[in-house]
Amino acid sequence: MIIDIFHILRDNWTLLLIGQYPNGPLGGLAVTLILSVAGLTLAFPVSVLLALGRVSPIRILRAATSAIIYTVRGVPLVMFIFWVYFFVPLLIGTTISGFTTMLVTVVLYEAAYLAEVIRAGIEGLPKGQVEASRALGMGYGQTMFKIVLPQALYNMLPAMVSQFVSTIKETSLGYVISVNELTFAANQINSTLLTKPFPVFVMLALIYFLLCSLLTQFARWLERRIAKRRTGGPRSIAAADMSTAADPVGATTAA
Amino acid sequence: MSTKLDFSVLLREDYPRLIIEGIVTMLQLTGYAWMLAMALGILLALLRMTRNRWAERAVALYVEYHQNVPMLVQIFLWYFGVPTLLPDSVQLWFNQRHSEFLFAIIAVGLCMSAYISESLRSGIRSIPASQMEAARALGLSYLRASRLVILPQALRIALPTLVSHSVLLFKNTSLAMVIGVAELTYATREIESQSFHTIETYLLTTVIYLGISLLIMAGGAFLENRYRIKTR
Repeated sequence: MIIDIFHILRDNWTLLLIGQYPNGPLGGLAVTLILSVAGLTLAFPVSVLLALGRVSPIRILRAATSAIIYTVRGVPLVMFIFWVYFFVPLLIGTTISGFTTMLVTVVLYEAAYLAEVIRAGIEGLPKGQVEASRALGMGYGQTMFKIVLPQALYNMLPAMVSQFVSTIKETSLGYVISVNELTFAANQINSTLLTKPFPVFVMLALIYFLLCSLLTQFARWLERRIAKRRTGGPRSIAAADMSTAADPVGATTAA
Repeated sequence: MSTKLDFSVLLREDYPRLIIEGIVTMLQLTGYAWMLAMALGILLALLRMTRNRWAERAVALYVEYHQNVPMLVQIFLWYFGVPTLLPDSVQLWFNQRHSEFLFAIIAVGLCMSAYISESLRSGIRSIPASQMEAARALGLSYLRASRLVILPQALRIALPTLVSHSVLLFKNTSLAMVIGVAELTYATREIESQSFHTIETYLLTTVIYLGISLLIMAGGAFLENRYRIKTR
């Protein structure tokens, strides 16, 4: 079986890595990574706004952002993909590619999940930070953008890396609307080989596993480093706090 | 596509039957997968608590695999890959019994068991060792100390993540669509492609999904409140 996997990799590595590029559209792992990086990057500013809404003193803002976040968290990603697939073209009047559909979906979906991570970061800061900065005469906006957010975002870096792992896993659903990414490429290989589904999918699982567990290890390393920096000691209560705060709402997804 | 919403189309043909059967299949899938995930999750958490190094490593690898590979890929591996390894008679047995449904339960259940074991483990780990020591010093046996002192606290701490993992499991049953399990998402696509009433169909299904998710979340919040440890 291991030999089978090697053979499949040897014969198809370009398809898995970059799809049919340069003779055709870009695909494979490259598209998976582009989708995840672009998706999370674009989702970031939206999620900061949503998080600020969630902790805002204005009640309507709090209610509205909570409603958005709960709605997104309560609906399966597949459903979301279909909504974007059918309604974005209706809204803007032109058809969009599978890639764009998936990108829009990932941005909307991840914004809601990332917002909860950032909110946990904001709420995890000691109250004294806000009180001190208000006492120094800073306004609400200044306090948020100069004191609270920089610390909250820094503390939540490991959780954001975990969120990136979730995003990579979520892009595999692009397969459902035929986005030319890694899972799609593996399915193409499977349907040309026909007789080797087990090695093909084991290989696919291994590729995701290597990529994602490497990133997970990186997140754990970051977590330890940040905990150490913030307390000045290698082992501390803050380190234990961080590990529970890293997944505050169980925000990681298994998609 | 009509611009005015007309939900009565969903009552035509055999659409109501499709929707109801979809909901039933979805709930069955959720129920069976949840039981599998819980049972395995508890077992894995216990295995990891034993001080056996090999057991710990094996569980850690199991958890890493299931958390770092997309569930869709796991479903593909189970449905397309694993049967080819089985003898013909077993394959036949599976095929006669809705193999897609069985493999969906296995894939979703195994994947979520990894998440559940992790949240149970972190619940148990967050109880200070002195609790166990105090219980043992008071004369409780290891098992009684675990059952009466450690677990009641650990479960309360693990409850919020257990609930959010349950919601996750419920939502992820929609992925069974890709291997042809006729659950709600599958039914929705069928109806949509027959009726062309996209908005109505998707709106109905989305509301159903959202409603059940919120129900699970509310149930979790209720349990949390009901079993809250009263602190001074």
